[in-house]
Amino acid sequence: MKLEIKDLHASVEGKEILRGVDLTVSQGETHALMGPNGSGKSTLAYTLMGHPKYQVTSGQALIDGESILGMTPDKRVRKGLFLAFQYPVSVQGVSMFSFLRAAYNNSRPPGTEPPTIFEFKEVVAEKLKMLSMDESFLNRYLNEGFSGGEKKRAEILQMALMQPKFAVLDETDSGLDIDALRIVAEGINKVSGPQTGTLLITHYQRILKYVKPQFVHVLFQGRVIESGGEDLSRLLEEKGYTWIKGYKEEEQLAQQGA
Amino acid sequence: MSSKTEIITDDYKEKYGFSDPVESYAVKGTKGLSERVVQEIVRVHDEPAWMEQVRMKALRHFLDMKPPAWAPELADIDFQGFQYYAKPTQQAADSWDQLPEYIRRTYDKLGITDAEKKFLAGVGAVYESEAVYHSIQGALEKQGVVFTDTVTALKEYPDIMRKYFGTVVPYQDNYIAALQTAVWSAGSFVYVPEGVKVPMILQAYFRINSRNMGQFERTLIVAEPYSEVSYNEGCSAPVYSSQSLHSAIVEIVARKGSTVKYTTLQNWSRDVYNLVTKRAHAYEDATVSWVDFNGGSRLTRKYPSIYLLGPRAKADIISVAYAGAGQVQDTGGKAIHLAKDTTSKIISRSVSKDGGHTAYRGLLHIAKGATNVKSTVRCDALLIDSKSTTATYPYMEIQEDDATVTHEASVGKVGEEQLFYLMARGISEGDALSMVVNGFLEPFAKELPMTYAVEFNRLMSIEMTNAVG
Repeated sequence: MKLEIKDLHASVEGKEILRGVDLTVSQGETHALMGPNGSGKSTLAYTLMGHPKYQVTSGQALIDGESILGMTPDKRVRKGLFLAFQYPVSVQGVSMFSFLRAAYNNSRPPGTEPPTIFEFKEVVAEKLKMLSMDESFLNRYLNEGFSGGEKKRAEILQMALMQPKFAVLDETDSGLDIDALRIVAEGINKVSGPQTGTLLITHYQRILKYVKPQFVHVLFQGRVIESGGEDLSRLLEEKGYTWIKGYKEEEQLAQQGA
Repeated sequence: MSSKTEIITDDYKEKYGFSDPVESYAVKGTKGLSERVVQEIVRVHDEPAWMEQVRMKALRHFLDMKPPAWAPELADIDFQGFQYYAKPTQQAADSWDQLPEYIRRTYDKLGITDAEKKFLAGVGAVYESEAVYHSIQGALEKQGVVFTDTVTALKEYPDIMRKYFGTVVPYQDNYIAALQTAVWSAGSFVYVPEGVKVPMILQAYFRINSRNMGQFERTLIVAEPYSEVSYNEGCSAPVYSSQSLHSAIVEIVARKGSTVKYTTLQNWSRDVYNLVTKRAHAYEDATVSWVDFNGGSRLTRKYPSIYLLGPRAKADIISVAYAGAGQVQDTGGKAIHLAKDTTSKIISRSVSKDGGHTAYRGLLHIAKGATNVKSTVRCDALLIDSKSTTATYPYMEIQEDDATVTHEASVGKVGEEQLFYLMARGISEGDALSMVVNGFLEPFAKELPMTYAVEFNRLMSIEMTNAVG
């Protein structure tokens, strides 16, 4: 099973941000998508999930060969897609418990009986334990007053409950100190099994110490301009994104010259 | 009038001693307001002379008054065009088919039972709740607690009635209070003796079943020193009324060290004018809470207020409103601090959808001599679409310098980002909107008994997912 992104173009408020993205993630694989600020990383994440502000102008996004682009976000969830938000939104008065329960029930395969409230309590208790989170967490309001680390852990908890086929993690490492980063990264490793295809969007290499990608891609000005193995991320870290830009320009010039 | 209701009423007459008022000129449903109508009400209730005098004074006062300038729509209401005394059963729909379609649809979506539906629609009564009421009565009587209707109280507790009636809300208080005092005809009377803590919530729902919903309810609650009582009226399901003018007065006397909590869920059918005066007197160390939801009627004007008359008295007001298509909910709260070391908290939340209008109107008054007062006022409005509107009219009169007062107000739209976030967790757009709105109204819902809270949340979900029309 695959998440396939083919020549995807998308705009925000009339401005084109994605200019032909090609990327394929299979279940069981971990891909890192790196790129400088403004290269379109978050736009890709939001576009895949179906944020109404992001208009797809051409191209395709498919899960198991089926186009998801015409679907509302909740329908995409049912196809197995998950997005961990860079900036999770808070909702007052909505308890984590009722929210997680709704998320859990809505990501079950169609036709399955939702668990009783007691069964669900057991399910969520187990996931909390796995992520070293306290149960009192469930009584708090959705993301309200959460620290940066708590928000990111809550995102991974949601992923653990929803068990997506394809998880897009949008800068899940941003705003975390070293300890929080390690906890979150370990959480990602525990949650993503052989059934999960992960697209880890990140600006920095540091999370890749904990979450090991098999593939690394560089997004630049709305396109994937380079793909490689783990080495590529280290090279980027050392030389910076300007290096790859220069390197690609040289390559282009060389091609034109040839 | 349905024959079924008559049969049940006859049954009650034998069983519980209830009876229908005598058929008369007023009972036949003639419209208009006059001394004769008031006299008829007095005669039908068999009221004492002092009450007749109060009613007559109130009537003359009303007829001499002009509606207040801040409530312009009252001037457009033809008060001679209403019926002022309706036989209880007459207020109900004659048949199921007479009910507006939106009410029937909401009943179905709320999943309420057929018997309950018929009661709410006024086309039947509920036997079980009648039985519940009478078993509650037995337990209360042992503690000396009185929970009955106001007309009965006039006969059985004349001293308490005469001592307190109209002392918290005198007929001169406002335009609608004058009218209401002249024509009131139903309501609850609650008396809690010193030191008694009423162990269950007193539900008007049970009591009213026997006589139907009142058009002009007059409620008096007297809590003697160090007593505790909670009272609930209404329900979140819509209640049909064939009478388009409803006006209630609720008076609460909370004596030293007592605690009174009064919860309202108002969902009258959407052609009703609902004009209510609710006020409490809180003496030394007393706590009064108004927990108020207005979701029905075409126009609600209601500002539950608390006079803090003794040191360390406490006022808590939670006022929540929902205005859908064609509705105006003009609500709020008032805290009048007349003693030192008193505290008040007013929380208002409103939701407007499909062109509905909500307004928060509030007063915080801290009198000279009321030192060391603490008060928090917070009003938040949520607009579901761009057709809907809201307004805020907070008044503050602070005459002592050492008062600690915070006031916050906000108007928000349901955020696209919030909806997207919830939908990205598999929640449909309608459910996501319901979740956001119910979360917003959570300070109210958490004050309700569990079953009420569940039904309230369901009602709001239905409103959020309903298309107009």
